[in-house]
Amino acid sequence: MIRPDLICPAGTPAALRTAVDAGADAVYCGFRNATNARNFPGLNFTREELGISIAYAHERGAKVLLTLNTYPPAGKVDLWQEAADTAVALGIDALIVADMGVAHYVAARHPDVRLHLSVQAAASNPESIRYYCDHFGVKRVVLPRILTVAEIKPIAEAIPCEIETFIFGNHGLMVEGRCSLTNYVTGQSTNLDGVCSPASDVDYRKEPGGAVASCLSGSVIDRFGADEMAGYPTICKGRYTAPHRPDGYYAFEEPVSLNLARMLPDLIHAGVHAFKIEGRQRSKSYVRSVVSAFRTAIDEVMAGRPPNIADLVSLTEGQKQTQGAFESKKWR
Amino acid sequence: MSVELTIGPIAYHWPTARKRDFYARIADEAPVATVYLGEVICSKRSPFFDADLPGVIERLQRGGKRVVLSTLAEVVLPRERHATLQLCSQDDFEVEINNVSGLAARGNRPHRIGPFLNATNEATISWMAGQGASHVCLPHELPAPSLAVAAGAARELGITTELQVFGRAPLAVSARCYHARAHGRHKDNCQFVCEDDTDGMPLVTVAGEAFLRVNGIQTQSESYVCLAAELADIVSMGVSALRLMPQDVDMVGVAQVFPALLDGGLDVDAATGRLEGLCSGIRFSNGFFHKVPGRHYVPVHAGDRVLQ
Repeated sequence: MIRPDLICPAGTPAALRTAVDAGADAVYCGFRNATNARNFPGLNFTREELGISIAYAHERGAKVLLTLNTYPPAGKVDLWQEAADTAVALGIDALIVADMGVAHYVAARHPDVRLHLSVQAAASNPESIRYYCDHFGVKRVVLPRILTVAEIKPIAEAIPCEIETFIFGNHGLMVEGRCSLTNYVTGQSTNLDGVCSPASDVDYRKEPGGAVASCLSGSVIDRFGADEMAGYPTICKGRYTAPHRPDGYYAFEEPVSLNLARMLPDLIHAGVHAFKIEGRQRSKSYVRSVVSAFRTAIDEVMAGRPPNIADLVSLTEGQKQTQGAFESKKWR
Repeated sequence: MSVELTIGPIAYHWPTARKRDFYARIADEAPVATVYLGEVICSKRSPFFDADLPGVIERLQRGGKRVVLSTLAEVVLPRERHATLQLCSQDDFEVEINNVSGLAARGNRPHRIGPFLNATNEATISWMAGQGASHVCLPHELPAPSLAVAAGAARELGITTELQVFGRAPLAVSARCYHARAHGRHKDNCQFVCEDDTDGMPLVTVAGEAFLRVNGIQTQSESYVCLAAELADIVSMGVSALRLMPQDVDMVGVAQVFPALLDGGLDVDAATGRLEGLCSGIRFSNGFFHKVPGRHYVPVHAGDRVLQ
């Protein structure tokens, strides 16, 4: 049986150290620019920070992976190539890429560096995954969060690389790397700029009667009663009306978070090599509790013991959880 | 340099008879050079049109149109993998590939790169050209300076580029069917409710703002992209094909506006006015091109040039 790696998020050097100390096998992070899909103010690493962080992780037996997973707009390719060169010079353990031009550059310039295929490439079938393996030497694919466990197993058997799946955190609804909802509404692109529902465009408006409208660039994405906690205005988590739904409904998905704690053994049996926790935008304390809990759970499963599900489930206390697409095709 | 108009694949689940009539009119009356055919959004819809496809192809070819077959954007299920493999293995028609699995099947035989493949930059276009791509439909969200670099790079590589200049923007796709969801169903028991919304199902914010359109697993813009005022700039960049996406309006009328705009028979204001008349009740947008929110419409008048 494969012993899966636990892959953890780090938005800051402090979060990286926390994740390593809590038992991460590898930590993923990005530079402070458009080259990664969490290009948020106050987040991510400078060159110096990445160098120090890689040393910290390596001294403790953990790996560091660079998210280089946005799509360069024409004319700005240099920024992505420089980011790859810099990370390689600093001793990065793998580059997580989505764009074919970036993948080709790394494969040609740094043939000895491990390439992982980002979820942003949305490779959801064996033929697509093999394309990246054959042409760019990709060693691991991060699967889109749209496949059932039953569908993951035959994929694992049909491809020449490792599989990484998300097990916890924000639950993306759209095919990654192909979503321009934020660009349509705010003028900043998820695919090209690494920006999704930017905080600079968010405001919460008090309405008569105490309701609060959660807005993105002036558009009301959801509305909450005085006694409810107002959610963040992410377009694909909003409430809208449609001809058959005059009262307003979550047109895409309820505001839920992914938690596959109960499915860890199934995923291991399906041939998954690495479990990924989402959340580079999260706090140090969040990273500590989630990473520790999943570290313990994976170790229990590997020792043949049932994991303590209650601990994992309580991590999202107060928020609704889903097993998303992984459990059944009925999610679709 | 020569510029041609194209009709993109129908994104919606129009009834079969309606599709047949649509393509008959395009074949006879629309001043377009190329027509893309095929189901790009939902594999469940494909069987409805399969029997009519050969007749439609023949009709279009008799009308002097080049026919290109487009593949699915989202490929997960065995039937979707099989359909993509089949389309990319045939050599009777040109193929526009919208999923990487199609590239894998096609190898280095000639093919077109569809708008869902994220050919956003010169390095990727160069890679794709090296693998046999002859034509690239550039992503709708690229701003003008990037479009110019991408189109220029493609020309140097000896391949051609295309850009959508009319119709709802294809903002996102998902594995989940939002049409089925709106009716309390899921994808496997959808009963093809998407057929009722021939121009997409409107999503309106709870404050009453018309916002997005749902088309099965796809989410589209509420506004129609209209790059009539930008056409001269787009052509000067070297983009050689201008794509019109079929909407539930008089598409022959729409198609007739663009050649008149290109050859000076209509100026920008007159052409835009004519398009507005054909698309009553529809808001236009051109924001992606101008690097502002995609839903915005930036007024551009005769003589204004975006690129210096």
